Amino acid sequence: MPSLEIRDLFVALAATPDKPIVKGLNLTIRTGEVHAIMGPNGTGKSTLSKAIAGHPDYVITSGDVILDGKSILEMEPDERARAGLFLAFQYPSEIPGVSIANFLRAAVQARLAEGEELDATAYYKRLYSKMDMLKIDRKFTSRSVNEGFSGGEKKRCEILQMAMLEPTFALMDETDSGLDIDALRIVAEGVEAMRGDKLGVLLITHYQRLLDYIVPDFVHVMYDGRIVKSGDKTLALELEAKGYDWVKQELAATTA
Amino acid sequence: MSASPLSNAPAEGLDSARFAAHLSQRTTLPSWWLDAKKAAWNQFSALPLPSRTDETWRFSDLKGLDLTGFKLPEDAPQPHPKHAAFPQTAELVFSNREAITRSTMPADLAARGVIFAPLEEALREQGDLVRSYFQKHPANLGSEKFVALNTALTATGAFLYVPADVEIALPFVVQHTLTGQNLAAFPHTLVVLGPRAKATLVEFFVSGGPASERQLVAGVNDLHAAEGAQLTYVGAQHWSRETLAFQVNSIAAERDARVLSLNLHLGGRQARHESHSRLLGPGAHSEMLALTVADGDREFDQRTLQTHVAPNTTSNLLYKNALLETAKTIFSGLIIVEPDAQKTDAYQKNRNLMLSDDAEAHSLPGLEIQANDVKCSHGSTSARIDAEQEFYLQARGIAPAAARRLLVTAFFEEVLNKLENEDLHAALTALIATRFQA
Repeated sequence: MPSLEIRDLFVALAATPDKPIVKGLNLTIRTGEVHAIMGPNGTGKSTLSKAIAGHPDYVITSGDVILDGKSILEMEPDERARAGLFLAFQYPSEIPGVSIANFLRAAVQARLAEGEELDATAYYKRLYSKMDMLKIDRKFTSRSVNEGFSGGEKKRCEILQMAMLEPTFALMDETDSGLDIDALRIVAEGVEAMRGDKLGVLLITHYQRLLDYIVPDFVHVMYDGRIVKSGDKTLALELEAKGYDWVKQELAATTA
Repeated sequence: MSASPLSNAPAEGLDSARFAAHLSQRTTLPSWWLDAKKAAWNQFSALPLPSRTDETWRFSDLKGLDLTGFKLPEDAPQPHPKHAAFPQTAELVFSNREAITRSTMPADLAARGVIFAPLEEALREQGDLVRSYFQKHPANLGSEKFVALNTALTATGAFLYVPADVEIALPFVVQHTLTGQNLAAFPHTLVVLGPRAKATLVEFFVSGGPASERQLVAGVNDLHAAEGAQLTYVGAQHWSRETLAFQVNSIAAERDARVLSLNLHLGGRQARHESHSRLLGPGAHSEMLALTVADGDREFDQRTLQTHVAPNTTSNLLYKNALLETAKTIFSGLIIVEPDAQKTDAYQKNRNLMLSDDAEAHSLPGLEIQANDVKCSHGSTSARIDAEQEFYLQARGIAPAAARRLLVTAFFEEVLNKLENEDLHAALTALIATRFQA
């Protein structure tokens, strides 16, 4: 079974490599599983997902990330993506002048063998069916990527890309932020529709709300760059009821 | 093809003997034309090559302006089509020295007086019409010597005349192909739109042979839009890697006329483009656009002038360059507002996308305002590719080279979007894409 293993990972900003943000994080995700990482702001959740995707602003100072038995640390971001990783951005970039259709076409084309031509008819058929599923107007295909999109439209567009690219592992960074409840439901339905034994998901979220719609198999609490507590979905509810201070106090008690 | 005196001429360069031979082949053309050619040859011979002290050639590589060893073509091989097909009204294809293909213009347009013909045919059949507009408003931006050479030696180019109130949706297309080592071409295209006429002319300039072919091109356009006319002009050059190219546009817009000109620069070793707009009547507008893909060690040299002569006139210039490797671009633009041109609204912008730290973009914007109630501004920016956008594309599996290609295309979209004709837009996008396939 394919897996994504994060082993004793340390991550810092490339500009300040001696100040780690993620500090020795361990986590293994298998396909078919949905993991949620919860934690207060500034604890390194987004840093973790960006570093795994290969964002140039971050540097992995020690540890490893193993995808299907192979380290991805020497791979470029595009190679990681083609190997099956997908990062759903918290703040997706706006790219004026590149239409969604052309953007996704380039991404799909990039996964074909050298010299293999994309079947345009099949591509559009698939694109439209995914758009219908996510209740995205077909007119969107000619709009520039994320330009002038509302928060909800941007997040739906991220899920559309995920649906088209069919990753093995998806890192979803605060996908619920900026969404009203209707948009949240559509996004969650989209993820649920993709859920299955071919996909592993890491949901990064600050709030329990998203987990009402995408029920995780595992919940982890991240604090100060590490996972400090793991459990099942009830942990998220407990966290919601008791607040993050509860984790801090517990942590203080165990380390005291 | 009959044997021509040119084929017996020596091949050292563009000398007087060669000019005399060129002229002797054209005795059937009007005498005013032959006289104009002689005067132009004398002017070409008398004018010096640009020198370091010429402000209009600041930053240009003057050593590259070597005209020796070029010859006029002696044949007209069948060229391969170099651009994507799109719906058009009529097409003229020039190869080396003459028109080789010519599609029939729709009969209703011919009946309404529309003329679309090789320039030399128009000189024979509508000589007076050509005479009234040929170089009526010459551009004045530094290439006078090369414009004179164009007049002296021009044998190719189109004449488009659209009479008053005739509106034509689909473009007229002209393709200039130059095939052969050390050949020179001097295309001259003249467009005249009558009052309230509407038309689009698209010119493609391509080298027919290998990229290493050394060639010289000095091309000139005269674009005239009479009162209320709407003219769209596109000039797309994809010359060989070793071509020295000059292209000089002169645009004249009368009252309420609207002219959109777009020059696409994809080829050449050293390519200079001059464009001069004159806003001659109240309400006239000129939209001046250019896109350049500069790579290798090519030089693209762009000099522009927006002259506002009449009040309530507007102009908007947007030149965008994508620079790679050690390429160099020069943009020098001037807006002149003459004393009577109150309420002028003129804008000029040069944007450079730097894809290499070793590329060089020079920008020299300028204003010369002689009226007191005007709105004029200019700006130039040079920026790298947005790192977040690049990462976003790569995070979707798109390789760095393809990601950059997408972002360059995106950078150009702002300009291409100004074209109303979507098929033309798509054809130009496809042409730009071929530039990145090598």
